[in-house]
Amino acid sequence: MKTEDLIKLAFRAIIGNKLRSFLTTLGIIIGVFAIIMLVSIGTGLQSYISSQLSSFGSNLIFVIPGRIGGARTPGGVVANKLLVSDAKNLQAKLKSSATVAPVISQSSIVKYKNKTNKNTTVFGTTADYPDIVKNSTLTKGSFFTSGQERSGAKVAVIGYTVYTNLLDGFDPIGKIINIGNNRYAIIGLIGKRGSTFGVDQDNVIIVPFGAARQQFGITNVNAIYMSAFRSELVPFVKSQSEKLLLKRLTEDDFTVQTAESSLSIVTSITNVLTIALGGIAAISLLVGGIGVANIMLVSVTERTREIGLRKALGARRNDILKQFLLEAVILSVTGGAIGILLGLGASMIIALLLFSTVTWWSVLLAFGFSVMVGIVFGMAPAIRASKLSPIEALRYE
Amino acid sequence: MKSKKEIIKLSKITKDYVTDDIVTSVLKGVSFTIYEQDFISITGRSGSGKSTLMNILGLLDVPTSGEYLFNGLNVKKMTENDLAYTRNRDIGFVFQSFNLLPRATSLENVILPATYAGIGAKEREEKAMAYLSSLELENEMYKRPNKLSGGQQQRVAIARALMNDPKIILADEPTGNLDSKSGAVVMDILKNLNKKGKTVIIITHEEDIAKQTKRTIKLADGELI
Repeated sequence: MKTEDLIKLAFRAIIGNKLRSFLTTLGIIIGVFAIIMLVSIGTGLQSYISSQLSSFGSNLIFVIPGRIGGARTPGGVVANKLLVSDAKNLQAKLKSSATVAPVISQSSIVKYKNKTNKNTTVFGTTADYPDIVKNSTLTKGSFFTSGQERSGAKVAVIGYTVYTNLLDGFDPIGKIINIGNNRYAIIGLIGKRGSTFGVDQDNVIIVPFGAARQQFGITNVNAIYMSAFRSELVPFVKSQSEKLLLKRLTEDDFTVQTAESSLSIVTSITNVLTIALGGIAAISLLVGGIGVANIMLVSVTERTREIGLRKALGARRNDILKQFLLEAVILSVTGGAIGILLGLGASMIIALLLFSTVTWWSVLLAFGFSVMVGIVFGMAPAIRASKLSPIEALRYE
Repeated sequence: MKSKKEIIKLSKITKDYVTDDIVTSVLKGVSFTIYEQDFISITGRSGSGKSTLMNILGLLDVPTSGEYLFNGLNVKKMTENDLAYTRNRDIGFVFQSFNLLPRATSLENVILPATYAGIGAKEREEKAMAYLSSLELENEMYKRPNKLSGGQQQRVAIARALMNDPKIILADEPTGNLDSKSGAVVMDILKNLNKKGKTVIIITHEEDIAKQTKRTIKLADGELI
């Protein structure tokens, strides 16, 4: 039998039973749709986090208190043992390979005249900070200088949320705001950065390290930010700073993270997530495949007489096998194609609202999988049909 | 007639069926020869083994023992594909219950054997239309079987049997489901086909039908009488 005749035959059988064919393909549609959509969400999440991380600068290295993945103090609270002197020490020893800035951060209430802005994160750091953390581009004014920092000047660079809540419409430069009980003069405005995981990145104020230390009265630092001069220096700076810190601290007291190492943590987490999501979706495709097998078996039984007749009229075993196999494959491929269109559509809509990146391998995988489902689950019914004896089949009522 | 070519030669054909370890011999050594352009009937009561004989003659079933030469070829040595090929090209089946595909039109039903012969769409359609017209079915070409009378359905089935221009027409109780008038029409068509050179074999239990053929083979309890 010619291939075009076989294809026509398969389509006729499928169209001849529209509702049943639709319900059968529905399983495949849902399976493929779910694979594409869930994998897109997983990948989208990953690229979203990566882009957030890389916005800080790829040469970034930071020291944070406590050991990530290591022993914690009871209750999960990390005792902060990082001191200002540690930061100073690193700064002095790594002068030739990295810029170092200590950071202390504290949540505070900020006031301007009668307006109040709550939960503002006040960062105290050095004048080198904008050279290290690349996502703090100023749209107005300037960052404080090391001279201002040393002299203990009470100046502030404010985030966009602080600006809109307190000073919207005014030129912020030169305005005096209250952080806690202290008065600061605004010298710069950071451009809008948006939020990461629901945390507003614009509800911040950056003040000179000395002023912050004096105001909050703390001797610890919350983090030490470093930026290697060149990307090749990143591993060196990391190992050197670890070595230097271990002279005074233990391994449980701090963690040195690079942008790359935090990226790899995120990547491994989101990869697991993507695989898990894709795996769950693949199970639903498998169930869809079983649906195809089920319907094909019913179809073979229903058409036993037809099969007998076809054989009597000269159909070979192979002709019957191909006829039923092709029917199953067309059902699942059609389902796969519709599922891909729906999956792509849904991924694009989700991309507008949240994050989702369509990966072509997931589309190919889903499509290949649906073709395979058609072949694998169509094979048993097709073999069964092809093996029917013509006399038995013709006698079948 | 004896000078004609042997087209079917059976010698000592037996067929046993085994159900639950009980062997039932349906055919017990049947031998006969059918020549080209024969018009033959095989008769017998139900249970005489004539259906089994018809299945063996039509290459739908294989004998348990004995030798069957079809067109000079030993059927025992044919592969399953050879058998399918021979059924397709050399034998035209006409069944008691017509066996038309219910979802297909008359034209599509007639075309069916040609699709398995790999004949192109245009050629087979023209051929099918010609056969349908010759059997006065030109107005029934695009109707489905359930819109046709029994006589019309059987004529569609005959057109289908003729499609690949086979040497043999094998008809199993062709008038069994028809009224006498339609039955007579079908018999006239079969007689006519024989006149045009086809070998026609009719399996029937009706004496009236058997009388209309040139030769009758009688079967009782799996043996010729």
